[in-house]
Amino acid sequence: MVTATIDGPEGLTGGKASPAAPEAVVVRFAGDSGDGMQLTGGQFTLSTALAGNDLATFPDFPAEIRAPQGTLFGVSAFQINFGSTDIDTAGDQPDVLIAMNPAALKVNLASLKAGGLIIADSGEFTRRNLEKAKYEVSPLDDGSLDKWQLLSFDISALTLQAVKPFGLGNKEALRCKNMWTLGLALWMFDRDRQPLIDWLNGKFAKSPLLAEANIAALNAGHAFGETAELSGPLRQVHIPAVASEPGLYRTVTGAESISYGLVAGAQLAGLPMFFGGYPITPASSILHNLVKLKEFGVTTFQAEDEIAAIASAIGASYAGSLGVTSSSGPGIALKGEAMGLAVMTELPLVIVNSQRGGPSTGLPTKTEQSDLYQAVYGRNGDAPIPVIAARSPGDAFDCAIEAVRIAVQYMTPVILLTDGYIANAAEPWKVPDPSTYTPFPVTFLEEPNGPDGTVLPYARDARGARPWIKAGTPGLMHRIGGIEKNPLTGNIDYSPASHQTMTDARKAKIDGIAKSIPPQEVTLGEAGGKLVLVGWGSTFGAIHQAVRRARRRGLDVSHVHVRHIWPMPENLGDLLKGYDKVLVPEMNTGQFKTVLRDQFLVDAKPLNKTSGQPFTIAEIEAAIEAALA
Amino acid sequence: MNDLTPIKTTIKDWETDQEVRWCPGCGDYAILKAVQRTLPELGADPSKTVFVSGIGCSSRFPYYIESYGFHTIHGRAPAFATGIKLANPELDVWLITGDGDGMSIGGNHTMHVIRRNVNTQILLFNNEIYGLTKGQYSPTSREGTHSPTTPLGSVDHPASPCAFALGAGGRFIARSYDVSKDLPVVLKAAHAHQGAAFVEIFQNCIVYNKDRFDDFTAKPVVDATQLWTRHGEPLLFAKGSKGIAFDAAALKLKVVDVVDGDWQAAGVLVHDQTNRGLAHLLVEMPFGAFPMALGVIYDDPRPTYESALLDQDSRARAGRSADLGKLLAKGQTWTVAG
Repeated sequence: MVTATIDGPEGLTGGKASPAAPEAVVVRFAGDSGDGMQLTGGQFTLSTALAGNDLATFPDFPAEIRAPQGTLFGVSAFQINFGSTDIDTAGDQPDVLIAMNPAALKVNLASLKAGGLIIADSGEFTRRNLEKAKYEVSPLDDGSLDKWQLLSFDISALTLQAVKPFGLGNKEALRCKNMWTLGLALWMFDRDRQPLIDWLNGKFAKSPLLAEANIAALNAGHAFGETAELSGPLRQVHIPAVASEPGLYRTVTGAESISYGLVAGAQLAGLPMFFGGYPITPASSILHNLVKLKEFGVTTFQAEDEIAAIASAIGASYAGSLGVTSSSGPGIALKGEAMGLAVMTELPLVIVNSQRGGPSTGLPTKTEQSDLYQAVYGRNGDAPIPVIAARSPGDAFDCAIEAVRIAVQYMTPVILLTDGYIANAAEPWKVPDPSTYTPFPVTFLEEPNGPDGTVLPYARDARGARPWIKAGTPGLMHRIGGIEKNPLTGNIDYSPASHQTMTDARKAKIDGIAKSIPPQEVTLGEAGGKLVLVGWGSTFGAIHQAVRRARRRGLDVSHVHVRHIWPMPENLGDLLKGYDKVLVPEMNTGQFKTVLRDQFLVDAKPLNKTSGQPFTIAEIEAAIEAALA
Repeated sequence: MNDLTPIKTTIKDWETDQEVRWCPGCGDYAILKAVQRTLPELGADPSKTVFVSGIGCSSRFPYYIESYGFHTIHGRAPAFATGIKLANPELDVWLITGDGDGMSIGGNHTMHVIRRNVNTQILLFNNEIYGLTKGQYSPTSREGTHSPTTPLGSVDHPASPCAFALGAGGRFIARSYDVSKDLPVVLKAAHAHQGAAFVEIFQNCIVYNKDRFDDFTAKPVVDATQLWTRHGEPLLFAKGSKGIAFDAAALKLKVVDVVDGDWQAAGVLVHDQTNRGLAHLLVEMPFGAFPMALGVIYDDPRPTYESALLDQDSRARAGRSADLGKLLAKGQTWTVAG
């Protein structure tokens, strides 16, 4: 049990009287995009998870694959927040910045906490690299880093020395730098090296020499920490394990959990799954994961474009599979017309949108929540589609199952919103037991359902859903399409009465989904009061922590997190009307705020950020204070 | 197509109760009848047959065939068909498209369904005009076509659907026209072909492009202007008085006169439907100086996309259990004790 609530970097460096271990630490690894920072961060994450800490990560990398070396725009960073209490965000400001070159230092310095620790590879602070980073004088020497603590040493040279016995070329030898750095980080936080050594042996199974060199670098970095401690500048810190619910845990990224959730949903529905996709950042990783899950009845298809991806998925649904497609904003825009066809033909379909900054190509690798209007309203005609939003990598598993359930029970396309942050970020996840989920098996129509043996493809059940008739079912031949149809036979019928009836039926069906979703609960705080923060999607962590901190200070503020964006829980409007003020933090210009105002006539106020970076807890805390002032 | 047990049906079994809404005299009626006549001869099962279309006059086709039918969105029918075939390869899928739907807005999908070799019959109704939107010129309209959007005549060069399909890697290329008595023969060959079978069907748009194909379909000129390609038979036309020979020096085809039926002496080529080079030459013959090549021009199957993909999938699945609990607990895990 840890009672200290020190968030700062105190305790990480020697020479200060700071006996208590911090509750949480934020570390950012930053380097050139070729330096392997994402890999280093990923492995450090795994080690953190194995040490039993709660954690959240934020990979932040450029859109270019191999941006020119040493440049400011080529910097790739990976931030991890870990601790002995619940961690919901990747951390506002790093306590430790590991900078592998001048550009990485320059780009990331501004966010480093005052008094934070900089570990810099002095070997990379050459004149040439300083020029590329637009430094006239080396910041390691000119005193400009005085408000932080600086540890600089020649990691490059130390790495070369460590791997010398293996006779690698200079370039290959330098590639081991990230393992040297990881070794140091492992020492700093008192971590077991063995899982990393096992991983390296596995990764380089085909070239044992490289495995050995990397392990040597890892060990050398670790040993350097021990020596540095002896001589003064560094202190080892042990962050105790978080008090978690008992059970089996693993780390999971959103892309993984969505893939697993879709597979789980298909199993609960008793269906094979067809996934049509087209490569796009940051959505591709879902397709990359699903191609490995064929034994779960998954067929994947890399289509020629976004339109073909969704069209093939609709075709597969028509033939009795669970059709799924996935993309990011620009690709979702291309899919719009086909989504309308899925609405019109009332076929089940799951559309995953891993949102990124927009409009147009926007910020391919940065996160944003600006596709909410697109999801709720973005189609021609009255084309209602249910929308669900995941709040974290772990939550995305349940959201994917929920999306499948709604799709098959209501014979409708469903949009699952996630974002680049959730897709790439990792968090510890209590491995769910699939047998605890209630199955929702699909019943296909097998016999004529109309009088005199006729087939009525658009006869509706109590939910307002039409029967799912698998193409190929003996005797149930019928025609469907995008033209308005007769409310029972589905034959072309664009008479006024028919269009009115069908438009009403499509709307009533989607509205009725609200009856099948749980009522909105207060996520943290009270049902009523001075202020409520209403959030959706990946801002969950920052909002939750900000509300938690504010409440600890006695402020009357609550948190309501909404998963079902469309239709919304039936009690949401009444719940929100119980507060004096409603504040909606979003990474857009106020889209959910507008929907809330429209649906419930509540005076919801926006709190917006569109910098491509997630909200910090401090930003939201400040907004709470301002709202209550 | 698929080796399904033949089903006994009559033309009546393939007619729906829907009123056909094409303009009176439209070539689509003749194509509909030819397809409805062919299906019983194939022993096709209405329950296992799916007609998929895009948007346009031709794409209304599925409503008039008593089978499964999916009238999708403009140009994308090939992608829907691909999803249908991958979800259930047992289904016999016919793709109905037009020159606007398949060569313009959906050119990309036409290319890829052919390139991948998805086992479908692709019937492209080419009337060289946009009918449903009232007469604008299309990507197959000849240069100088006057239309509401090209009042001074179109200036761009038309696409050749068969050359396009062959260029996309097509393994079955055939041509016919709406009222041809041989259309069912071509349809049957397309159906017999395992893979994407591309059939261009010239179709008369009675309202916006009337009699556009009279230069080779009008009765008086039929003999002189139509070259029907039949595997193993000489490439003769004009009642055997003319033939197609190869000009080796110029690397192109030429028209030769055949005297007293001695086509061999005239150097007339024997049609080989597996000869890809010959197929290229035949679909590219400039009409006027040459006759219009019709019939099965190319037919040389190779494994279909869905068989290759689904075989690979089933190999990947072999010996692996679909245990979701195990999958979720994979990788590096840790246990928090209670």
